[in-house]
Amino acid sequence: MIDKKYLLDSKQIANFVADGYLRFDQLVPQELNEAVHAEMDDHRIGRGTAGAPLSEVWSESSPIGTVFRLPEIQGIIHSLVGPEPLYDHHAVHIVNAGNEKGQIWHADAIIDTRLHFDIQFFYFAHDTPREMGGTMILPGSHYRRICETDIARYQNFLEQMPVVCKAGTILVVHHGIWHCAQPNLTDRTRYMFKLRLNPTVRQMCLWNIDDIDDPSIPGILSKNHKWYGNDVRLEIVNRIKFWRFLVGDDKFDVGYWMGRLENLPENVLRAA
Amino acid sequence: MPQLRQKILVLYLHTPDLNSNVVAWSMYDGTGNTNPTTGDSDKPPYNTVVEAMQHGWRVVQFPQQFPAYPGMEYHTSYLRFEYILEKMEEIDD
Repeated sequence: MIDKKYLLDSKQIANFVADGYLRFDQLVPQELNEAVHAEMDDHRIGRGTAGAPLSEVWSESSPIGTVFRLPEIQGIIHSLVGPEPLYDHHAVHIVNAGNEKGQIWHADAIIDTRLHFDIQFFYFAHDTPREMGGTMILPGSHYRRICETDIARYQNFLEQMPVVCKAGTILVVHHGIWHCAQPNLTDRTRYMFKLRLNPTVRQMCLWNIDDIDDPSIPGILSKNHKWYGNDVRLEIVNRIKFWRFLVGDDKFDVGYWMGRLENLPENVLRAA
Repeated sequence: MPQLRQKILVLYLHTPDLNSNVVAWSMYDGTGNTNPTTGDSDKPPYNTVVEAMQHGWRVVQFPQQFPAYPGMEYHTSYLRFEYILEKMEEIDD
């Protein structure tokens, strides 16, 4: 049983719902970062079978297995996809030194209409300054229904966010987040370790819900991302529906956006 | 004899109004003088389509507007207000 202190809280989950990601700077100890960096350099990280329990993919003695057994990482996993998630796949993303071309924008996999969701870890095992990339993400893009590189015509968005970070930084993202690798103008190879996990339980109140009624949550769920333009209200509807799914409350609302649409009176007044 | 090449600027707006703010942008350069790529700028080259027109860009395509398909009224997908602009520039031949 995981210690409650490692679970995410409701405000963090609300931010995940609004932004499609959470960021944890320098979460992994430096000794482990260096060991994983060496594993990636030497191509020693073994591949698991899609659909296998994550706990069976890497041994406790391997550096990457140790990272994903850290209690802080286990807390993130439990809060979003529950205990004993399935390994979907992993990838060691490499951007060679001197690569001046950014990767095209994309979302992973294909159009995914589920409210149930997978998570992806983006793990940066070494320092990643802007001239080295890193991965660019587009906050709030995770509800958009697109198929992988359908969005490749786009180049820049207001509020796009390059992950510039110190070693040991972890991003956990919703499976639908738009992202792209950025150019690496340094003389060193850049790595980013990505891991996708699937839930095996209904994703409802898996985090620490002590603050579930926190008054800041409606505001978090209403935040704007400037690139939305006129679609921000539709995105708030998406978030309300997702929050309802996550907390198991089909009446939850923010700003009366759903209440208004769901007001369908059927009682007929008798003629006077 | 000067040779002309096309540059394409794609601007995505807050609303269909050509005076509304740019929220996303892309550049494709047929002159070969620049190589735009993803994430290469934090600020749009122009604030609006009209501002780009005032700097010599010609609008060559407007986004068509369609009502939402039944059942898709609250779904989001691509950026809807996409304007394509062009400028012809001389190159050294």
